[in-house]
Amino acid sequence: MTLLLRGARVVDPSQDLDRICDVLMADGCVVEIAESIDIGEDVEVLELQGKILTPGLIDVHVHLREPGHEYKETIRSGCRAAAAGGFTAVACMANTEPVNDNRSVTEHILVTAQRHGFARVYPIGAISKGLRGEELAEIGQLADAGVVGISDDGRPVENADLMRRALAYAQHFDLPVIQHAQDLELSGRGVMHEGAWSTRLGLPGIPGVAEDTMVARDLLLVELTGGRYHLQHLSTARSLDLIRDAKARGLAVTTEVTPHHLLLNDQAVSDSGMSTDTKMNPPLRSEADRAAMIEGLVDGSIDLIASDHAPHHVDEKDRQFSEAPFGIVGLETTVSLCLDRLVGAELLSLNRLVELLSCRPAEIFGLPGGSLAPGRPADATVLDLEREVVVDPASFQSKSRSTPFGEWSLRGAAVQTILGGRPVVL
Amino acid sequence: MTEATPLSKDLVSILDLDRGQVELILDTAESFAEVSERTIKKVPTLRGRTLVGLFFEPSTRTSASFEIAAKRLSADWVSFSLASSSLTKGESLIDTVRNLDAMAPDMVVVRHADPGVPRMLALRVACSVINAGDGAHEHPSQALLDAFTIRKAKGHLEGLLVAMIGDIELSRVVRSNIHLLQMMGARVRVAGPRSMMPLGIEEMGVEVVYSTAEAVRDADVVMMLRIQLERESRARFPSLREYFDVFALTPERLEGAKDDVIILHPGPMNRGVEISSEVADGPYSVILDQVSNGVAVRMALLYLWTLRPEDAS
Repeated sequence: MTLLLRGARVVDPSQDLDRICDVLMADGCVVEIAESIDIGEDVEVLELQGKILTPGLIDVHVHLREPGHEYKETIRSGCRAAAAGGFTAVACMANTEPVNDNRSVTEHILVTAQRHGFARVYPIGAISKGLRGEELAEIGQLADAGVVGISDDGRPVENADLMRRALAYAQHFDLPVIQHAQDLELSGRGVMHEGAWSTRLGLPGIPGVAEDTMVARDLLLVELTGGRYHLQHLSTARSLDLIRDAKARGLAVTTEVTPHHLLLNDQAVSDSGMSTDTKMNPPLRSEADRAAMIEGLVDGSIDLIASDHAPHHVDEKDRQFSEAPFGIVGLETTVSLCLDRLVGAELLSLNRLVELLSCRPAEIFGLPGGSLAPGRPADATVLDLEREVVVDPASFQSKSRSTPFGEWSLRGAAVQTILGGRPVVL
Repeated sequence: MTEATPLSKDLVSILDLDRGQVELILDTAESFAEVSERTIKKVPTLRGRTLVGLFFEPSTRTSASFEIAAKRLSADWVSFSLASSSLTKGESLIDTVRNLDAMAPDMVVVRHADPGVPRMLALRVACSVINAGDGAHEHPSQALLDAFTIRKAKGHLEGLLVAMIGDIELSRVVRSNIHLLQMMGARVRVAGPRSMMPLGIEEMGVEVVYSTAEAVRDADVVMMLRIQLERESRARFPSLREYFDVFALTPERLEGAKDDVIILHPGPMNRGVEISSEVADGPYSVILDQVSNGVAVRMALLYLWTLRPEDAS
């Protein structure tokens, strides 16, 4: 199939491109980008005047829940959510049941994703067998089967020696070690950020220092091993400083931030009447932390935006705050939130946002996308900056409805994804 | 009394109230206090009304106080404790309460270990919900009976200095009292071991000190808080003996207080831990008055929230 995308403003930081032009795709790859492309009869044309065309957006932190927790989400429903939200690729975490700690689970995920289409799925393998934090998973086997990184996400790697070995060993396969940084002793029974709001509400707190001490430890181990380290869902100002310092010293360290940590603070727990849609881990932090996240994005210390799409069943979330599981969905809100609250608010340029949502994720995780240069995969996202949307959880493709952004009015949305040279139809 | 703004459906937090409503509650309690002094301690006010107590956490004093209050108003009182509830059979909390609501009670009084449960239930049931304590969040009826006790002893609340000493971190009594006392124009000082002081408490507008003697200095009211032996005490302080040595309210440590200071304690009290018996049983103590006043204040709450004006129409 040959597809011509005509007349869009193409924003592709990977080739310093930001102008109106045509993009020709054939056989799953980008063939040509030019001001005007003449075509023959048998080419499908998508007229995109007034729209933005970007390399396909990539969310490197999602939970697809399959295998094992299909009542929360499936690979199919999660990929439909990705496509609806403007993403052509996702990296899915290993905390399924069974855990993705061996190649048969990895292969199952890849085959299932391929069968359904809608978006590319890049599995993340476990660091430790069963996520137990005791012994390394067969990282070489996982790499061979197709994982693009390793993480025990959902749980931190507490054992410092295991983390050291993982950082050293994963280098053989050029995989980043991806950490959910949290000291479980310090976070204790905590359910929200520890500070003035947890104190008012009488809810047990998760102090910012629970993240900071783990990040500090990990960075020392990165220095020792020369390993590649990706810090997930950064949430505190202090951890950001540690990352900045590590980068300045030339360590192979990257980090991500979620839209909710950029746009909400711990007061949201109180303002929502302790809605479990404001319960996630790491928790919504203080206003100072939130402001620091914006600063880190603007100054380039933070490498990418990822949603930590963590679907749960409505019966699980419809409980008292202390009992509900951590996690909200993000695939179908991220793009509009970023377009309105970051680009629209003039905190970031559109170019920078595309870097954060496509180019950098592809670079860091060694993915084929992230660029519309000829020869690259024909994955693209169409944005409409003028589109007015009101976040309506009932219309989500995801099985989960849990979001703190319900009813938000936002300007700008992803309106179409193109996967392997074909418009994705939901 | 008719000038107060209408009461909201539920009493989940002191923040649900305004100053006029607090005064209405305290004045109403004043008029009910007399009922408890009669030989026949019963008035027909709430005859035919069904009030349900839901105690998901062990409670002796609060549940007894609500029950006595309900019975003195001739209401039908049904009480459930965790052990006898369906939760042990796997029914969700929300389903349990929806089932009860379907039996059309006039009010549910809820005690639960998790903050926010009364609000969550209030949003899902038609009847009024009164919070009888939710974790470390709030305990509005306790704060109201404390205010009633203080007002009775001092004649007013405005301008008083109230010191609260003990486990500030896990005390729901502290949070409700801070909101209520500040609303009524009193100043609040909190004190306790640094290892039990929650982050950001000063942002609630209170003064924070770390010694008992310093806390009581010039105080009009000293409110001691129970050291929670059963919950999470491990690692926050070394031993009960050491707690007594360093932080307990003793006659010596009380010396800097105002001459007419009164001592309150929400109970249950641990003698020889947070308070010495000399102080607990001494001349400044109004601890047992609190218990008697608790019945009157809860009668007022049951009365006002069962017979809200919008219900009458």
